[in-house]
Amino acid sequence: MPQKLDQLRESPSQTAGPYVHIGLTPNALGNHGIYPDDLGTTPIKPGARGEAITIIGHVRDGAGMILRDALIESWQADAAGLYPSPNERRGKADPNVTGWARILADFDTGDWVLKTIKPGAVTLPQGGVMAPHIALWIVARGINIGLQTRIYFEDEAEANADCPVLARIEHKPRVQTLLAKKVSTGQYRFNIVLQGDDETVFFDM
Amino acid sequence: MTDAAHGPLIGRDRLWHPPAYTAGYKTSVTRAPSRALVAMGSTLSEETGPAFGRDMLGEMDNNLILNFTGQPAVGERIIMHGRVLDENARPVPNVLVEIWHANAGGRYRHKKDGYLAPLDPNFGGCGRTVSNAEGRYEFLTIRPGAYPWPNGVNHWRPMHIHISVFGHGFGQRLITQMYFEGDPLIARCPIVNTIPSQEAISALIAPLDMNASIPLDCLAYKFDIVLRGRRQTFFENRREGM
Ligand SMILES: [Fe+3]
Repeated sequence: MPQKLDQLRESPSQTAGPYVHIGLTPNALGNHGIYPDDLGTTPIKPGARGEAITIIGHVRDGAGMILRDALIESWQADAAGLYPSPNERRGKADPNVTGWARILADFDTGDWVLKTIKPGAVTLPQGGVMAPHIALWIVARGINIGLQTRIYFEDEAEANADCPVLARIEHKPRVQTLLAKKVSTGQYRFNIVLQGDDETVFFDM
Repeated sequence: MTDAAHGPLIGRDRLWHPPAYTAGYKTSVTRAPSRALVAMGSTLSEETGPAFGRDMLGEMDNNLILNFTGQPAVGERIIMHGRVLDENARPVPNVLVEIWHANAGGRYRHKKDGYLAPLDPNFGGCGRTVSNAEGRYEFLTIRPGAYPWPNGVNHWRPMHIHISVFGHGFGQRLITQMYFEGDPLIARCPIVNTIPSQEAISALIAPLDMNASIPLDCLAYKFDIVLRGRRQTFFENRREGM
């Protein structure tokens, strides 16, 4: 027998279930009195530098139904492409950008809204520049392990063409599933499709 | 240089986790992506993540027995405790751990839960804490009841606590559930059985921990949470001249 590896296995994922809001956004559910505020209600504070944008979308399943119980978390860089994270070593991010949000599908319509600033392109320490994007993590009843995807912007065509992550998508027509469509100045639409012909690209990274 | 908070994440073992499509858990059937995931190494977007300080916590945030009304919730009093570790068996300090669960009768405080069991006016159903320097966390709560759910004709969820954990990178984000040693409903649960192996299921079953229980007060269950680790190498993959 060889030596044993001194390693552990990641805890297996389980679905967030139908009652995820009890735990993560009790106030939005109407369960007041435990925490003064829900966490992650906005990824920015007043004075955040950059272009203010609003992204609206929904999450649709393979039967064409819109999910009313989806919970999405978003993580993004500031307008200069720096992450507001203790382990960001390339510089100091905008103090008015927290970068992280919890976004709830509306309990009645399923629409979700993210009001933020457009992130900057991210220069990677190992080389390459990722186009402006917002990382998403989607959980809900029926989702056994959180789904990773990204919002890119259709009006960043040049940066998108050079993005090393988008370049990994072999079936090029699917790249458009990651592009937020510009509706008007500062307004974008980004629908997530869990399953089917126009299925969103999900990552394992 | 390498430590628990920097560097590339170890890839997820997708054969260890539940697959997206699990016919026995019916809601997954239309919510499972049908295309292969696009796989690649982590980038800064997965290696960085939000930070949460202990200063945002209220005094009662990890005490689900008292954190709703100040009056005690009904049920078997338990301590749930453990460590947040990574795959390299290193503690993961200063990360947010959030939990939620049903009351002692198996009823959730949620407008969509219409189960017969009554609400407990003093049980809110959620708690949170931040792991300490050794990665340790603890909650005081009541043991949740089992409850039926409309997946099959007579399907019941075993007693369980839902857990959400952050790492230092957004790519470590994890939600899972803790089960209780000895519960005969574990083996019958379609959600538990989305997990492919018995070895992986066992990783979610908390043993009774008499050494951590408090005499004449409460029992204890130990539950360690393991997050994705970082590659441990002193050789960095860098282009010439960088
Ligand atoms: Fe549950």
